[in-house]
Amino acid sequence: MIWSGMLIYWANDVYSIKVGNTTIFKFFPESFYKALNIPYRLADGMAFHFSFMWLFMINGLLYVLYTGLSGEWRYLIPLKKSWKEAWLVVLHDLRLRKQAPPQLKYNAAQRISYTIIIIMGFGSMISGFAIYKPVQLQWLTMLCGGYESARIIHFILTILFVLFFLVHIIQVIKAGWNNFRAMVAGFEIQSEKINKDENNNS
Amino acid sequence: MKTIIVDETTEKRFRRRSIIAFIIFFTCVGAAWISWKWLYNQPLDNSIRGGIQKPLRKVLDMNMNVYSGLYSTQHLVKEYPKSMAAPKARVNGNVGMDEDLFDTATWKLTVIRAAGDTLLLTLNDLKKLHKIDVVHNFKCIEGWSQITWWSGVRFSEFAEKYKLTKECQMKFASLVTPDEEYYVGIDMPSMMHPQTILCFELNGKPLPMNQGYPLRLIIPVKYGVKNIKRIGTISFHNDRPADYWAEKGYDYYTGL
Repeated sequence: MIWSGMLIYWANDVYSIKVGNTTIFKFFPESFYKALNIPYRLADGMAFHFSFMWLFMINGLLYVLYTGLSGEWRYLIPLKKSWKEAWLVVLHDLRLRKQAPPQLKYNAAQRISYTIIIIMGFGSMISGFAIYKPVQLQWLTMLCGGYESARIIHFILTILFVLFFLVHIIQVIKAGWNNFRAMVAGFEIQSEKINKDENNNS
Repeated sequence: MKTIIVDETTEKRFRRRSIIAFIIFFTCVGAAWISWKWLYNQPLDNSIRGGIQKPLRKVLDMNMNVYSGLYSTQHLVKEYPKSMAAPKARVNGNVGMDEDLFDTATWKLTVIRAAGDTLLLTLNDLKKLHKIDVVHNFKCIEGWSQITWWSGVRFSEFAEKYKLTKECQMKFASLVTPDEEYYVGIDMPSMMHPQTILCFELNGKPLPMNQGYPLRLIIPVKYGVKNIKRIGTISFHNDRPADYWAEKGYDYYTGL
């Protein structure tokens, strides 16, 4: 989706970060486009974007549905204490704090980011439709604060998805093989003591 | 109370389940990769001579059915005060606009009702109809938009006046420039939208040459590409008529 979105954005690449009149970063530099073979592929981009959006939307909805019905959401929703604990996770991961924060299935920072990413997904869907059908679905466009503002929301969310993805990959690499194996297989062997406790509880 | 077994059997089960999981994982990754390659290398659609892979064209056409279901002539495009309109409307695209080959003096709008039944109209004929203003955010498929002020006559009113009711029950209209270089096909419900106009004025003055003098289409429920400049001929069809940008791989419907 991001790749095809880039093919579309290229046709009118107006966004940049400015302080006063100085441009700090222009989305995107010419060399970046060239390296990814992006120029002059608007039609291509739109065709892929508006075909694959269904796949990603259905996938997202199934994930939300499964998480909701299976009860897994309990591990993923931020708790009251998560907001404070998340800072400890960040500090620990940046090696500014030695003591490891409490870690259940997911830690506080994970709870927050995995929940926010779902909200972002909905945001992309809504702002996407607001740009795509601003007349027939104009209530969505209004909800996004108008046509121009919907475009900006859609763009910023995409940048945030990329950042999330980068951090996610770095964390997976840092966490090592057993974590990756568990991500794929969906289970993990824990120490005997924990197993015993769990069994006693059930 | 279950007993906890952490011995060779557990170790074996663990390994087996992990291996199975990884086989499934890599099979899925492989399948996704192969499907992607398959899709990417599909022949290009040539039923409307498009420039995109056939399966993608199918999805776009499916999308058209979804969105034409949403479509309603009651859904009006937001209008703005004239003071907000750009003093200089952006020009994009000059296909079919070669001025050397175009004679403004002899221009007439050709409306083909049926084979051999052709209507020829001058700009003055059109100006006799009720003129309306459309001040809307003109949206280009490239991603820019601009508030612009156009005036002309409603296509639906024009169709009624010139007794095109039967023709307008067909599914599509085809609009072509006098030199036949640029052409669009538009679904009839969008043509009959109350804000779709045969336009001859921009900012209260006659259309400039580069904005399609003497007559262009303004259809706010579509992207700019369908707002054809300098209309030569209008005809009616049940099959999709040729469309310049659809042939280059763009969506045929491009409805907003």
